[in-house]
Amino acid sequence: MLQPEIAVLRFGLGARPGDLAAAAPDPRAWLRAQTRGPAQRAGTTTLAPSNEIFEAVLAARKERREERLAAAAPEELQAAGALLRDAYQPHYRAQVLARAQSAAVTAQPFTERLVHFWANHFAVSADKGAIYGLAGTLENEAIRPHVNGRFVQLLTAVEQHPAMIAFLDNQYSVGADSPAARRAAARGALAGVDQPKRRFGINENLAREILELHTLGVGGGYRQEDVTSFAQIITGWSIGGGRGRLAGGVPGKFYFRDELHEPGPKTFLGKRYAEGGLAEGEAVLTDLADHPSTARFLATKLVRHFVADDPPPAAVERLARAYLKSGGNLSQVYAALIESPEAWEPQPRKFKTPEDFVFSTLRALELTPGKPQEVIHAFDLMGQRQYTPGSPAGWADTAPSWDGSDALMHRVLWSSQMADRYEGVASPTEIAGAALGGLLRPETGAAIHRASSGSQALALLLMSPEFQRR
Amino acid sequence: MTMYRSAPRISRRRFIRGAGALAAGTMLPSVLFARTGGRERLVVVILRGALDGLAAVPPHGDPDYARMHRELAIAPPGAADGALSLDATFGLHPALEFLHERYAGGELIVFHAAASPYRDRSHFDGQNVLENGFRQPLGTADGWLNRAIASRPVRAVAIAQNVPLILRGGAGAPVLSKSPIATPDVDEELLARLSDLYSKDDWFSARLSEAVQSERLGDASSDVQPPAMMNSPTKQVDRIAAAARMAAAVMKSEGGPEVAVLEATGWDTHANQGGAKGILAQRLRGLDGALRVLADDLGPLWGQTAVLVVTEFGRTAAMNGTRGTDHGTAGCAFLLGGAVRGGRVIAEWPGLAAASLLDNRDLRPTLDLRSVFKGVLDEHLHVDAKSLANLVFPDSTQARALDGLIRA
Repeated sequence: MLQPEIAVLRFGLGARPGDLAAAAPDPRAWLRAQTRGPAQRAGTTTLAPSNEIFEAVLAARKERREERLAAAAPEELQAAGALLRDAYQPHYRAQVLARAQSAAVTAQPFTERLVHFWANHFAVSADKGAIYGLAGTLENEAIRPHVNGRFVQLLTAVEQHPAMIAFLDNQYSVGADSPAARRAAARGALAGVDQPKRRFGINENLAREILELHTLGVGGGYRQEDVTSFAQIITGWSIGGGRGRLAGGVPGKFYFRDELHEPGPKTFLGKRYAEGGLAEGEAVLTDLADHPSTARFLATKLVRHFVADDPPPAAVERLARAYLKSGGNLSQVYAALIESPEAWEPQPRKFKTPEDFVFSTLRALELTPGKPQEVIHAFDLMGQRQYTPGSPAGWADTAPSWDGSDALMHRVLWSSQMADRYEGVASPTEIAGAALGGLLRPETGAAIHRASSGSQALALLLMSPEFQRR
Repeated sequence: MTMYRSAPRISRRRFIRGAGALAAGTMLPSVLFARTGGRERLVVVILRGALDGLAAVPPHGDPDYARMHRELAIAPPGAADGALSLDATFGLHPALEFLHERYAGGELIVFHAAASPYRDRSHFDGQNVLENGFRQPLGTADGWLNRAIASRPVRAVAIAQNVPLILRGGAGAPVLSKSPIATPDVDEELLARLSDLYSKDDWFSARLSEAVQSERLGDASSDVQPPAMMNSPTKQVDRIAAAARMAAAVMKSEGGPEVAVLEATGWDTHANQGGAKGILAQRLRGLDGALRVLADDLGPLWGQTAVLVVTEFGRTAAMNGTRGTDHGTAGCAFLLGGAVRGGRVIAEWPGLAAASLLDNRDLRPTLDLRSVFKGVLDEHLHVDAKSLANLVFPDSTQARALDGLIRA
């Protein structure tokens, strides 16, 4: 009963006309077929790779520095600041549009949802000016290729992506005994200057968030000393093409800077890691990926995302076991999810986030946004501006974060805007049937039938409880 | 494709009056804010991301301060770009001019070396503990402010699109949310039909009626401009000012709520934090300006208002390797308003000498923020001691309410 609907609506991104029929013969096989290989981005928008964006921004920064030096009046300084924004903005907007297009038309909506899930798990936020135009590249460059691979590959690709490095400031983290720090101290001593040590030290931001948010989870068994030690281990994880001591490497690509790396063996989670440069941090990521706390943390988040805000423990246990048994093979973890009876209970337990709601609406109405502003408008209204979760914890995945009265009224408003502009030929009843199948309640069918206009009928469909949940 | 076109809409007010014209099942609850006897107003401002208390309230009299905080330290009062003087030990960051005025006017209490009971360094868990009122970050889905007002004839609004944890909960009146994003009116007939459609679904039914009430709040504040949506600190500054303006408008409106919660992000200064000038200084100036807007716009109501400004934890005593500060423990908090018995610093200062630091890195907490919250809830909102101890802040016997925070 309702299994095709559940596969398409709960695991996927909502039904386009025809999706329910495609999943109907074997809903589980339809899902499993999407858990292999890289996730292709659908849609027509061409995106620049992160290193090109980075280079363009380096050029803008240089120009800004020169303008700042020359600027006298505050308004000229502001204009210099705008240069950087102008360099980034078209990329940000293209990434937002491309994301919505892909969600609207992809024939692999389960894979696409998983891409979104991991992009939120490994959240970077375009709110940080320094990565405004880079935020969307992490999802396309580090997550799509590995979404069905082993977690350690996904993890390593993400932590070595320039957007993540820059979001959590690791390119500036310097070992206190690194060659760069020692050279500077020696130069200071030669010149008789009391070289301020302050310029050389670690920044523990990336290390802490990897442990707390990406792998073990808070309470996953690490302490402050592990954070500090891990931060030392990944000193030198940087981006090519900076200025001064950050010059060198291919501009905009991950680059390991030996001269910033804290030398010597380190102890992390009670295990000794011999000095190994870049390999040291990679070895820690491998061990973190194998850790039972990581298995449990990821399983909990997946079940919360796909099943219920309050994740049923049996399902969490099943996914965590599949993770450990397969050595972190994500397609095996997804298989365990697909086989979890809790995920197939007919009563939907998730209230859609604005993202879920917008993407499922685009699919139901067969709309493909053509301009960034169309997507940006929707998310501004509903409070989930794309790629700006604000914090590295990502967007909340539970209803209380999204069910505020103000946000609900904005959903009604956007629904009626979308319904107003629907220009297709299908009747509201046909659209409702294709979007919800057997989940369409008689009351909603009747309300659609009784509506005073086609536009009102569509708005009622979009705001119906069965469309607002998944 | 052209995605958005606007159609003329009928106003919300007419919808509420006219809803009875439709079938009885479409009737929305029209009970808005009941009149209450309570005159007191409480605003809580949550600074998410962990404000550096040693920059906002520099302990310039501490002999170790400048050495630890290095170039992020604020110079003593009197020096160039120096702190605004509070007393022999403490000052205010030079960007906090309005707060300094209120201190001189006897309307600001500065708390220092204060912390919630949370002792680890995760923003997210730290914010949970700050807001849920328990000792543990997880295991509860409601916030202390919701529990505190549940038994009081008091209504609350979150100046946000969604309700933050501190105000969440099933007890008492529903908490509305209202963001400074302008909403054109939604068609009244659509709302009535939705209300009908939701009649068998309690969850959606309750939310729709709250949404309609929230819209009414907007009647008082239609002149609030939507904030620009961009990424620079300046624009985040605009956002908090717009939120403050909306809070004042909503609280002043006929039958408006007595309690409001605002949020401001951007305090997680791991790199290039700046000192008297720089990123953090801009954010502090924005906060200070927003508080001024709140006071100005509240007008006569300011006299019965208390504003609590809090953050999840402080930051490291020492500057880190990237001219910023990492996650710490104790920090500062502010209580201001016409109802506040201010002009004081409340701090049992542990000092910044190496031996005094917590875990060799953080300012050691000597004041439990729950003591401040309890004092305010007791004296300002008249929440009884038993509720405070059992319901609002369970397991908080060692955090005794501070007395005398509010004018008698």
